[in-house]
Amino acid sequence: MIRFEPREPASLSRLILVPVAAAVVALALAAIPMGFAGLNIFKAYGLMATGAFGSLFAFTEMLTRATPLILTGLAAALAFRAKLWNIGAEGQLYAGALAAVAVGTGVIDAPSFVLIPLVVFCGALAGGLVMLGPTLLKTRLGVDEVVTTLLLNFVILLFVQMMLEGPMKDPMGMGWPQSEPILDAAALPKLMARMRIHGGLIIALVAALGVYLLLKRTVWGFEIRAVGENANAARHAGIPVTATFIRVGLISGALAGLAGVGEVAGLKGYLTADLSPGFGYSGIVVAMLAGLNPIGVVVAALFIASIFVGADSMSRATGVSNYLADLIVAMALISVLVSGLFLRFKVRFVGQRHTEGAAK
Amino acid sequence: MSDILDILLAANFWAAALRIATPLIFGVIGALVCERAGVLNLGIEGIFTAGAMAGWMAVWLGAGLWGGVLVAALAGGFFGLIHAILTVPLGLSQHVSGIGVTLFATSLSYFIYRTALPDVSSPPRIEAFKPLDIPVLSDLPFIGPALFQQTALTFLALAVVAVTAFVLYRTPLGLAIRAVGDNPSAVESQGLSVYGLRIGAVVAGSALMALGGAFLTMSAFDAFFFGMVNGRGWICIALTVFASWRPGKALLGALLFGAFDAFQVRLQTEVGSFIPGQVFLMMPYLLSIAALVLVARKADYPRALLVPYFRGQR
Repeated sequence: MIRFEPREPASLSRLILVPVAAAVVALALAAIPMGFAGLNIFKAYGLMATGAFGSLFAFTEMLTRATPLILTGLAAALAFRAKLWNIGAEGQLYAGALAAVAVGTGVIDAPSFVLIPLVVFCGALAGGLVMLGPTLLKTRLGVDEVVTTLLLNFVILLFVQMMLEGPMKDPMGMGWPQSEPILDAAALPKLMARMRIHGGLIIALVAALGVYLLLKRTVWGFEIRAVGENANAARHAGIPVTATFIRVGLISGALAGLAGVGEVAGLKGYLTADLSPGFGYSGIVVAMLAGLNPIGVVVAALFIASIFVGADSMSRATGVSNYLADLIVAMALISVLVSGLFLRFKVRFVGQRHTEGAAK
Repeated sequence: MSDILDILLAANFWAAALRIATPLIFGVIGALVCERAGVLNLGIEGIFTAGAMAGWMAVWLGAGLWGGVLVAALAGGFFGLIHAILTVPLGLSQHVSGIGVTLFATSLSYFIYRTALPDVSSPPRIEAFKPLDIPVLSDLPFIGPALFQQTALTFLALAVVAVTAFVLYRTPLGLAIRAVGDNPSAVESQGLSVYGLRIGAVVAGSALMALGGAFLTMSAFDAFFFGMVNGRGWICIALTVFASWRPGKALLGALLFGAFDAFQVRLQTEVGSFIPGQVFLMMPYLLSIAALVLVARKADYPRALLVPYFRGQR
């Protein structure tokens, strides 16, 4: 018989140790599918490591991949703190990207210092507004936000496809369903010559710091944490629960929208319907690995990004499917869930007699 | 107007509605069994994918169609067991665990498919289930083509509804499952195992979900495609709320949904040139959200849904 005994708030070292252990377990479990695919396991790990860290180019690629993951990770972490289950970061990301393209491809002609903030603001606003719908449905009508945010992901992606095949299609795009290119004045600056790493990373890091300060140092942050702990108790204590959910929904959606802005205005330069390989869903893994801590999100995003970039590179070298990366990321989520038990509880193996005593 | 009537009165319209509804029937009944026992299973989307892939691959490797169905159910049960262990005895967040199972089942299915078939450009096909041609019944006007030209899996889905309804409402086991989703400590006080009932229900429900996926690769199509589940699992979760966790209403909801979908596909061929195709493709998802909004106020959730149970704690 296994018993869980609640533990006092965990020490910092334990808070760090547990997700690291989960990451190591997920990486170790990856040996099973790699062996199944007939790879030399040690060589495969080596290829993954050099793929993510082996050169300056590899390292900047990893940072580039981490940029949207930090933002979608923050979107999930903030929402989950309030127990607002926003699983719609994927759709909100596309909404942000669509808005960035809508204002950044020539509708407005302005210098960079006007246009870039405008593009960033519109992208964040679009993401926030997309999340406002499910949040209002939850607070007004009691509709479960998990399902509505999940379903909206599909609706928004179809809407993006519709716009890219219709009014927002690039007439010079050789018939491909893609938007017109972002103006140079609206593009986020590159951070290094000849590398793809871009200003979106700065936005992501500032956002992480912002969410950290919001949660730690402000009244809103206190209210968010209180609602997440126990919404009913918070309501009795006079905390504006509905307003808190709406704030969290707007900010969480805006963060995911910023991820979309970075991908089009910083990295790709135009919008296609395959902009995101599931950054919204990976963001949930990032947030859970980080224990919903905004600073931890940055570290977790770097880890997940190095898995994606490393496995991609390994996959190109060996020919094994790069779905391996998604598999490792999924296993990391399950490992961190299980290892989280060791944070919250002392796990004890006890005899039958003990449990009877406890049941009295 | 008469065009719309023509659509609704055509037998092949109702045949299509039932065909579209079949995977949803499996999925909604599966989700309902899990949720009636108090466990939300958001692994459903991945379990659909796993069932679709495992069933198809078993047939492709020569297991036979019913062998494929069995393999799909086992695959579903396996992922259901993971979700059950994480959420029942370990009491972890059902939301996050479900998303984890979906990510795991989906990526594992894709990885296995790609590893087994590294460089095929067009997906290999299998000999899928054929419509059952039942003598006399299939020749009945209207009802014949609509009801009796379906594949065996559609009939299995209808049987699953009947069996689930019978078990839930007419057997002690069903009473125990319903009770464990409403008031687990009452079940414990009867000397029954809360964990056993919940784990069993989640595994069985997940096996049913996987059959919904298997229908896609073994009856609706005859091959496996990436992204073919395309949100059907999430739609089932919405329909389960719409059906207020009752098997009969679940069947009705899935059929209604199938009818709407079949209708809009036919409408599309009438007015398709004026409206972009994506508007029609959005309909199933918007419809699911509408269904949720419609019942939100009076939704009678199983009272212990999402609440983990720990022995000896109140």
